[in-house]
Amino acid sequence: MSQGEYVALAYGVVLVFVLVWVAIIATKLVRLERETGELAELARGRRSDG
Amino acid sequence: MSGIALYATDVIALARKDLRLELRARDTLPAMLLFVLSTLAVFHFALPAGTDRDAAYGLLWIAIIFTALLGLARAWAPEREGGALDGLVLAPCDRSAIWLGKSLATLAFLGAAELVAVPAFALFFAPVDLVAVAGVALASIGICAVGSLLAAMAAASRGREVILPLLFLPLAIPLVVGGVGAGISPNGATYLSFLGLYDLVFAILAWATFEYVVTE
Amino acid sequence: MSSRNNLPLLAFLTAGLLGLGVVLAFVVAPEDADQGISQKIFYFHVPIALTAYACFGLGAWKALRLLWVGGERRDLESYTWIHQGTIFGALTLITGSIWARASWGVWWSWGSNQLVLFLVLVLFYCAYFMLRFSVDEGARRERICAVYALFGVALIPVSFFAIRLASDFIHPTVFTRSGPQMTHTMFTAFLVCWAALTLLAYVMYRVELVGKRTDAHLRELREALT
Repeated sequence: MSQGEYVALAYGVVLVFVLVWVAIIATKLVRLERETGELAELARGRRSDG
Repeated sequence: MSGIALYATDVIALARKDLRLELRARDTLPAMLLFVLSTLAVFHFALPAGTDRDAAYGLLWIAIIFTALLGLARAWAPEREGGALDGLVLAPCDRSAIWLGKSLATLAFLGAAELVAVPAFALFFAPVDLVAVAGVALASIGICAVGSLLAAMAAASRGREVILPLLFLPLAIPLVVGGVGAGISPNGATYLSFLGLYDLVFAILAWATFEYVVTE
Repeated sequence: MSSRNNLPLLAFLTAGLLGLGVVLAFVVAPEDADQGISQKIFYFHVPIALTAYACFGLGAWKALRLLWVGGERRDLESYTWIHQGTIFGALTLITGSIWARASWGVWWSWGSNQLVLFLVLVLFYCAYFMLRFSVDEGARRERICAVYALFGVALIPVSFFAIRLASDFIHPTVFTRSGPQMTHTMFTAFLVCWAALTLLAYVMYRVELVGKRTDAHLRELREALT
């Protein structure tokens, strides 16, 4: 690999790390949305019961 | 009695309790002695012929570190399994006295193991000078000080026996550097002072933070 | 926590600074006479390392405040800072390794004090997560993690000295890199990249913290409703 390619690799790795982090956060967000939805269901159920 | 004298009595009582338990059960110390000798024997076969003396020093320290881990794990095993840690914590003494008592007891065990290991090493591999022995002594203090705190953390965890080495090894690296350096470097005194610095910093930190680790 | 939400603004600012930094590093700053183009890695590698130290330091500070003053939010804050520190620490190792390969032809050198120091630190902080996940949740886990974080920050200078001392007998320092005799433009590029990466770490920290806090709230809600 030429020197320039190593430089590109180094910066590329940083970019990839950040993107992977974004993906992980996105997964978490989807899970949080699902859980909030479930809890909203529960709360709705409660309200109609009580 | 003054505050410090009371504290010292607590520490001695706690250390004595561990030592007495060991004298009765006699399982930790023989295991450590046998372990350290077997490890040294294995190292002989692991080293290629004509390895220089300095390289062999590193192995002494690996043996010491892992023997210490064995001793630490067993010193805290009763607290970990029986939940006796909670009982200890209820005792009317300063929590940090528990740490100091445990550290001193473990240091006694480790010291006993080293009394066997270092001469054995000198016999099997390479001569050991006074500076190296001082290095062993100083590093052992650091090992027991830090190790006791980490073992208390490990006692609180669900993780298996592997959690203690995981926590301990990174912190042990400076100790190994100091110990090996004291043994093989011409300015051994620098390494001894470094070990002293490590001991000071981490013993104070462990002493100050122990109660937070152990309180519910 | 803060009623005015400056997070989007900070995120955009980060993006802008990062872009500016990269342009300055590649287009404006001159190429290093000795090392050639591989020196350009320095503009990211060193700020990433500095940011990692800062994250560990902040994690330890929050941990200290937790032990002193208390409060559950400080546990999450300390944890998140340490998480960021570990990410940036790992990045330091990777970019450092690539730089070593480009400069010296080897992927790893025990003679590089910074690489070795970060190896020790990343190992130490990975064990933090092992510890955290193996202790049951509660006030005790918060305190144990906080104490460990304090040990970490004490380990940084101690390890640094140890590694310096070790280079005496472990490996002679075969590879040296001439210290940066930086021109003004190079220094400006470095500063901009440093600011950008520090801000990036902070934005990531804030985003993660929101996620963790929301998680905690949801758990409370779930317990209340079921």
